Amino acid sequence: MKLAEGEVAIRASGLTRRFGKLVAVDHVDLQVPARHVYGFLGPNGSGKSTTIRMLCGLLTPSEGEIEVLGLKIPAEAEALRRHIGYMTQKFSLFEDLSVRENLEFLAAIQGVPRQRTRSRIDELIEQYRFGDLQKQLAGTMSGGQKQRLALACAVIHEPELLFLDEPTSAVDPESRRDFWEKLFELADAGTTLLVSTHLMDEAERCHRLAILDHGVLVADGTPQELTARLEGRTFIVEAVDPRRAQRLIVDVPGVLSVAQIGNSLRVLTSAGGEGMPATTDMCRHIDDTLASAGQQAHTHPTPANLEDVFVAVTRHVAKQAERAA
Amino acid sequence: MNGRRLWAIVLKELRQLGRDRITLAMVLGIPIMQLVLFGYAINLNLRGLDAGIVDQANTAGSRALVMDMLATDVVSPVRTANTPEQLMAMIRRGDISIGIAVPPDFERRRIDGRPVAEVLVDGSDTTVQSAAAQLAQTPLDSSAPDLRAPPTSTPATSRISVVSFYNPQRVSAINIVPGLIGVIMTMTMVLFTAIAIVRERERGNMELLIATPLTSTELMVGKVLPYVVIGLVQTTVILGLGITLFAVPIRGSVFDVYLAAGLLILANLSLGLLISTRAQSQFQAMQMTFFVFLPSILLSGFMFPFAGMPKAAQWLAEILPLTHFLRLIRGVMLRGAGLWEMWHDVLALVVFVVVMMGAAILRFRKRLD
Repeated sequence: MKLAEGEVAIRASGLTRRFGKLVAVDHVDLQVPARHVYGFLGPNGSGKSTTIRMLCGLLTPSEGEIEVLGLKIPAEAEALRRHIGYMTQKFSLFEDLSVRENLEFLAAIQGVPRQRTRSRIDELIEQYRFGDLQKQLAGTMSGGQKQRLALACAVIHEPELLFLDEPTSAVDPESRRDFWEKLFELADAGTTLLVSTHLMDEAERCHRLAILDHGVLVADGTPQELTARLEGRTFIVEAVDPRRAQRLIVDVPGVLSVAQIGNSLRVLTSAGGEGMPATTDMCRHIDDTLASAGQQAHTHPTPANLEDVFVAVTRHVAKQAERAA
Repeated sequence: MNGRRLWAIVLKELRQLGRDRITLAMVLGIPIMQLVLFGYAINLNLRGLDAGIVDQANTAGSRALVMDMLATDVVSPVRTANTPEQLMAMIRRGDISIGIAVPPDFERRRIDGRPVAEVLVDGSDTTVQSAAAQLAQTPLDSSAPDLRAPPTSTPATSRISVVSFYNPQRVSAINIVPGLIGVIMTMTMVLFTAIAIVRERERGNMELLIATPLTSTELMVGKVLPYVVIGLVQTTVILGLGITLFAVPIRGSVFDVYLAAGLLILANLSLGLLISTRAQSQFQAMQMTFFVFLPSILLSGFMFPFAGMPKAAQWLAEILPLTHFLRLIRGVMLRGAGLWEMWHDVLALVVFVVVMMGAAILRFRKRLD
């Protein structure tokens, strides 16, 4: 029962989870379209894992409605388990079993038909390049190999929906690129994927993404939509002494954040418009501030990226909280 | 319950167990070590206590009495002295633990019916004390009066010597080996399953497992089955060693022995599972295991006679599976009884298994909250 393009795989409204006084997930509304790679972007502790666990029925929400693949969660969680794959944040396969033994175990548990098991495992070993590693114990493999094995095990029963909780946080860039290739192959084959990450370059690869901050969904859309919607402007400042320049620019009115990138600084300011200096004025303003402190610098505007979006929206929430307090 | 998923769990457990050298060593090492320790070193019937002897009478009768006492093998003479005071000094220094003193007027006392001899005991060790009491019952001759230490007691009892059925030589190993099967099972089996679920939780495997169609029952039963086999292997090791090293008899049927052992194994494994669903870490699981293990050793009747315990302790002991197993195994191995003759205890074990296993399955939630 693979979903067609355009259908909704996951629908959640008002999703909330409290742990004692802590609100880990705060009234999140979510729609994940089928056959997409949907990203959850957020820093550690922003509620990504908690949301994923609620969506696959492992945690009971404190409030809110969830519907996954047309099933009410948590009431119908047991029925859902046949149709989902879940790759946990921490490596959760058996380190003292070999690659093939782990695959065999999951094939049996996930109910892959007996006569299909052998060919399916051979297929995965081929696809995920475990030819020479079949007999190797999972615990002795590298981080990248472990992630590949975890993914192979998560898709062994060809689930319609795959949850991946920070799948590549402990993996080198080469393995990461490789891993993402596999994710897109799965999406092309009709699987819906929900991937959480705190890495910007990974978030940029997603078809759509939601940005979570302190349990609140602060923005969602395609990466292009999100950058286009950014209410703010970004500049590159080339200065002789970037570290000193950084301290000076932070105090310029309208500047939201300054991050050093090599020998230059990336500056995010509030949006232009009424009562705000124009973009060229902003450039001059920064240059003047630095010049008066004896710093030679050159400032020019630059197109926004997802990181700027992320900084802008999470700042926004922090300010709202300040205002409320 | 799905047979294929159940078998997947069993196979996985067996594979993991096969690669876990420490656990494997524990499976065989603990029974062998305990059997040798309990069988050889820990002997509750004392033999060869160091003794000092003073025979101030030195008549034919007094020499015969001393020889009778030595013939019991409970004491071995290491010192001689001239006065009871010297014996007391030796006891105080720890040179001897028992002193036998025969006064000069031994023959006179014998005729008068007064105590004829004194057994001086190092009372700081209760087992030595009871050995001395046993010694004091050495019969003098058919008409001899009591020579027990408290002179006021009734003479008649002294002539009743202790007769032990089933273990007339009072060899501890014969009593201990059948019970030891139970003690070793209680020690190892509870621990195996107590850490079984917690370990998977600690290693992160559990989050994966509960997100699959695997049911609680499949997981619990699958975890128990491999260890039943391990338990029966342990039983065989202990029985084999008990028979070859200590000539322990199996007077009843071997099948009954294994059936009783199987019941105890299941009881302990299900108890372990219940602990495992409660404990937050492997260390906590081990602590909880000790809560069960100590009362089992002390109250079950393995160490101390069940009949001698206060009522409250007896009730508590009735809850412990080891108590029932000890009755069954001693009955089968030493008295040649059949299991059906002791159906009360069989039933008690079955009920224990059902309750513990049921509670473990109910307590285990496929949830993280």
